[in-house]
Amino acid sequence: MSDIDDLEHSLRAAIDAAADEAALEAVRVGALGKKGSVSELLKTLGAMSPDDRKTRGAAINALKDGVGEALAARRVVLKEAALSARLAVETVDVTLPLWPSPANDGRIHPISQVTDELTAIFADMGFAVAEGPDVESDFYNFTALNFPEGHPAREMHDTFFFSPKEDGARHLLRTHTSPVQVRTMLSQKPPIRIIAPGRTYRCDSDQTHTPMFHQVEGLVIDETSTIGTLKWVLEEFCKAFFEVPDVEMRFRPSFFPFTEPSMEVDIRCDRSGSEVKFGEGNDWLEILGCGMVHPNVLRACGLDPDRYQGFAFGMGIDRIAMLKYGMNDLRAFFDADVRWLKHYGFRPLDLPTLFGGLSA
Amino acid sequence: MKFTLSWLKDHLDTEATLDQIVETLTRIGLEVEGVEDKGAALKPFVVAHVVSAVQHPNADRLRVCMVDVGGPAPLQVVCGAPNARAGLKTVFAAAGTYIPGKDFTLGVGQIRGVESFGMMCSAAELELSEDHAGIMELAADAPVGVSYADFADLSDPVIDVSLTPNRADCTGVRGVARDLAAAGLGRLKPLEPRKIAGTYASPISVDLRFPEGELVACPVFHGRYVRGVKNGPSPEWMQRRLKAIGLRPISALVDMTNYVSIDLGRPLHVFDAAKVKGGIHARYGVEGESLLALDGKTYAIDERMCVIADDAGPLGLGGVMGGEETGCSDETTDVFIECAWFDPARTAETGRRTGIVSDARYRFERGVDPAFVPVGLDVATQWVVDLCGGEASTPVVAGTVPETDRIIEFPLAEVKRLTGLSLHRAEIREILEKLGFFVVSPEDGLFRVAVPSWRADVTQKADLVEEVMRIHGLDNVVSTPLEATGTVGQKVLTPLQIRRSKARRILATRSMLEAVTWSFVSKADATRFGGGAPELALANPIAADLSDMRPNLMPGLMAAVGRNLKRGLSDVALFEVGQVFKGDRPEDQKLEAAGVRHGTASSTGSGRHWIGAAGPVSWTVAKGDALAVLEALGVDVAKLQIARTAPAWYHPGRSGTLQMGPQNVLAHFGEIHPSTLEAMDVVAPLVGFQVYLDAIPEPKAKPTKSKGALVLPELMPLTRDFAFVVEEKVEAEKILKAVKGADKALVTDAKVFDVFRGAAVGEGRKSVAVEVSLQPREATLTDKDLEAVAAKIVAAVTKATGATLRG
Repeated sequence: MSDIDDLEHSLRAAIDAAADEAALEAVRVGALGKKGSVSELLKTLGAMSPDDRKTRGAAINALKDGVGEALAARRVVLKEAALSARLAVETVDVTLPLWPSPANDGRIHPISQVTDELTAIFADMGFAVAEGPDVESDFYNFTALNFPEGHPAREMHDTFFFSPKEDGARHLLRTHTSPVQVRTMLSQKPPIRIIAPGRTYRCDSDQTHTPMFHQVEGLVIDETSTIGTLKWVLEEFCKAFFEVPDVEMRFRPSFFPFTEPSMEVDIRCDRSGSEVKFGEGNDWLEILGCGMVHPNVLRACGLDPDRYQGFAFGMGIDRIAMLKYGMNDLRAFFDADVRWLKHYGFRPLDLPTLFGGLSA
Repeated sequence: MKFTLSWLKDHLDTEATLDQIVETLTRIGLEVEGVEDKGAALKPFVVAHVVSAVQHPNADRLRVCMVDVGGPAPLQVVCGAPNARAGLKTVFAAAGTYIPGKDFTLGVGQIRGVESFGMMCSAAELELSEDHAGIMELAADAPVGVSYADFADLSDPVIDVSLTPNRADCTGVRGVARDLAAAGLGRLKPLEPRKIAGTYASPISVDLRFPEGELVACPVFHGRYVRGVKNGPSPEWMQRRLKAIGLRPISALVDMTNYVSIDLGRPLHVFDAAKVKGGIHARYGVEGESLLALDGKTYAIDERMCVIADDAGPLGLGGVMGGEETGCSDETTDVFIECAWFDPARTAETGRRTGIVSDARYRFERGVDPAFVPVGLDVATQWVVDLCGGEASTPVVAGTVPETDRIIEFPLAEVKRLTGLSLHRAEIREILEKLGFFVVSPEDGLFRVAVPSWRADVTQKADLVEEVMRIHGLDNVVSTPLEATGTVGQKVLTPLQIRRSKARRILATRSMLEAVTWSFVSKADATRFGGGAPELALANPIAADLSDMRPNLMPGLMAAVGRNLKRGLSDVALFEVGQVFKGDRPEDQKLEAAGVRHGTASSTGSGRHWIGAAGPVSWTVAKGDALAVLEALGVDVAKLQIARTAPAWYHPGRSGTLQMGPQNVLAHFGEIHPSTLEAMDVVAPLVGFQVYLDAIPEPKAKPTKSKGALVLPELMPLTRDFAFVVEEKVEAEKILKAVKGADKALVTDAKVFDVFRGAAVGEGRKSVAVEVSLQPREATLTDKDLEAVAAKIVAAVTKATGATLRG
């Protein structure tokens, strides 16, 4: 049966020699195709004697199987080689830079971010966010807040006025967010817990004063809140906002027409370096004013000061943003220089939360 | 309010140190702004006498001096000052002394081979002035060896207190002392009675000439005449104190009034009687009058001001400043002392309108003690006689001291109710009494408190709580947690606040930077952008370009782009979410989200790039921004109408309006009008958009938060393409609407995937290629079904737009 051995030998040689899948297919057709050499051999079986068929048939079938396996094995090798060759050709320069991701490229202004931070903290203490108009009347901005007509305290506010109307009344730009206190007390029954962030205006301009700035006012009205509660709220706020485990605060008696008693609050910090560090050091930095809501303000808002009591506090949003994030010129906040916005702004999806950390 | 430590001790008997006093002042609400203690810093510096000065052997510009510093023998000192010469009295610092102006500690050393045992100092080295031209030159009779600080009267520390507007009583040193005594820092010394009897009637009368019932401006006016005075310099101790707090000594008569003003918070005025014509009276000013005031400036007077006048005209602005012409000089022999009370509000107004800042105004506008008018006059008269001699008249009096008596019912529980402090009644009584309140206790738990005349700021029980709390100490108030609300996770933002936050974040994810621009713009810009109404123009703008409330965000954003371009920063994309002003009522304030993109600042990138440069921005990206905001806020943008009604600052052909109907416009977008760009000084290309956040209707409240069951069709969706040839003016929106309406059951979506213009479709026409998505519901679509729906679509589009199917 050397003819079968010879054929197998030559077919295996042809399979090994096939350089690509097309050549291999030609070998397959030449061997196993309808007119292939192996198929031709199989056709001879019919004319054989049963004995020959038995011996020679087994040999031919073994040849067919062996060639088939060899073809399959070679096909795998050739396919891998072809793929490797293709992949080698397809190689690109992955160091080429792409467009930045737009979701990381945009920026949120520090004032918006800090307002969101404040909101997260005070929401956790049960404060809602209240707002009011920037163009205010004398009543809401001064009179209802116990600023007597002509009192020097009014003068300290550097108010922007609009032209008087026919009846002599004239609108003004609110000098603080405190009018929102009045609007809230007039429209809502206690208990009240609100913060009122927003734009405020004073006719003043230098490195730390701009004619427009931002304030947040807090107001709590119920039947139990005291200076002690006020202290706790502000201490908790400062710790949460500045993200420090402890902060030492100094409460100093002061004066505001709309609170009695009134206080100013300093926090201990270290200003020896280029950045302000809280909770250490020997400097005191004034950050806010506060006090118990003045009985005259409660009365002006239709609340009985012998039954209802509470406190209010106010601070500059821009100012605490500067302290926390290290800007040194307030005017730059409103200049919209894209370099400043990119440097001090926040990524769009960094929404401050208490569960995820305010600025983590 | 400035005073020196020794001055304070005139009124306060205390052992407290300067540090304790300063710490206590701030703690009780008299915030110390600064302490100037030159004496401490300059302690080691002594007065010295240069005995001899010879040329240094090894240096042209140095001299070797022998200096007597009060020790057993003169010291050798090498000095480089040009004025170092024998006979000079100057200031010496021994080796080991810290030199504040140089920030170093002096050592013993050799200077060019000659030993030097100290140095002679310039005023700059002592931080007394900027003068560093040479060493200080003292008077020839300066006592050698004594501390320079003592010699120059610098050893009395100056305390500067920032007074809150309510504390009129602390505009005098005595008031500060009273507060400190109440805080336990010593004892308030009694005020020595200084009363001098008058021997004759004043030749100058006083009078109040106000309309009937209008004595408020100046309800009381006392005066005394002193004849035969001799004016001259005030005593040295008085000059020293005045200089220490920054007042320039002038003459005894002037210095004395300043002294009483600071010492007791009681401003006075002294007229040269020879220059007064007739009697003196207080009245309203008359339009057209003017006054040459003591500051050398002339001020116009009108009927809103209170003036002091004689028969010839105004002599001074009541409570604010006296006049130059009737002021005292060295020739003055007879004087008239004025002691009156002026209304705080009017004083403040006059001060504000004239711009005069004076020690008198500072006190009168806070509210000088009215009951002190007669006492103050006696004190002043005594000073005049003590310092200048002369003979005093009996007082002349007009008006009556305004009533100040006030009793406050003070339930002691108020202290705990408002502060949380638990104080014993005795403690409360002690604090109030030391502050000058008079306390009786008609029943348990109640005080009846009479307020002293100098505390006009205390009118009700909350004021008394403050007094008790600040003196007892705010540090003693214990922090108490705010009660929890008892519920979890309430929503704290209003729908509008949530919109603002979402609009901000979505725009930032489109590569835009959030700007915060001024709420006011120039009149021209306000008018250009649809505003400029007179009721929104500021009467007192801080600058001409910040004069009118902004009608929308576009002018501020465009100006911001312009500023960046001028700094060489191009491809800028800015947005703002903020208030805009349509009128002066609260409801006219609206919330807008707007943005502008310049150059190639698209939503995905800008500038040249190897993948392919971002082209110039076009209306498409602005439309995308507006839609992104609306979509983020829950608006079904597929249902919006698009109209060509954008405002004048947009390019009329490349802009649009997004609306729910003509009455409910939600947004505008488009390319900015070339004329607007020119006016705003910004170069093209610039596109922008404005979204009106208040205009978006609130979604209807639903009973549950369920999103409903998801029903997935079992059959596969398929798409078919159509190309419609239409007139150029036919809008794509119209074609898509017709397609979608052709078979609402089958057609689920339609997209424009190509717009082609060219000879093949003919002049003035375009081919709009649309991919239509079909979703079979019950059975697979047969060829016949597909032909039927295609025919319906073509028919609908043809009917709506006159389109033909492109062959």
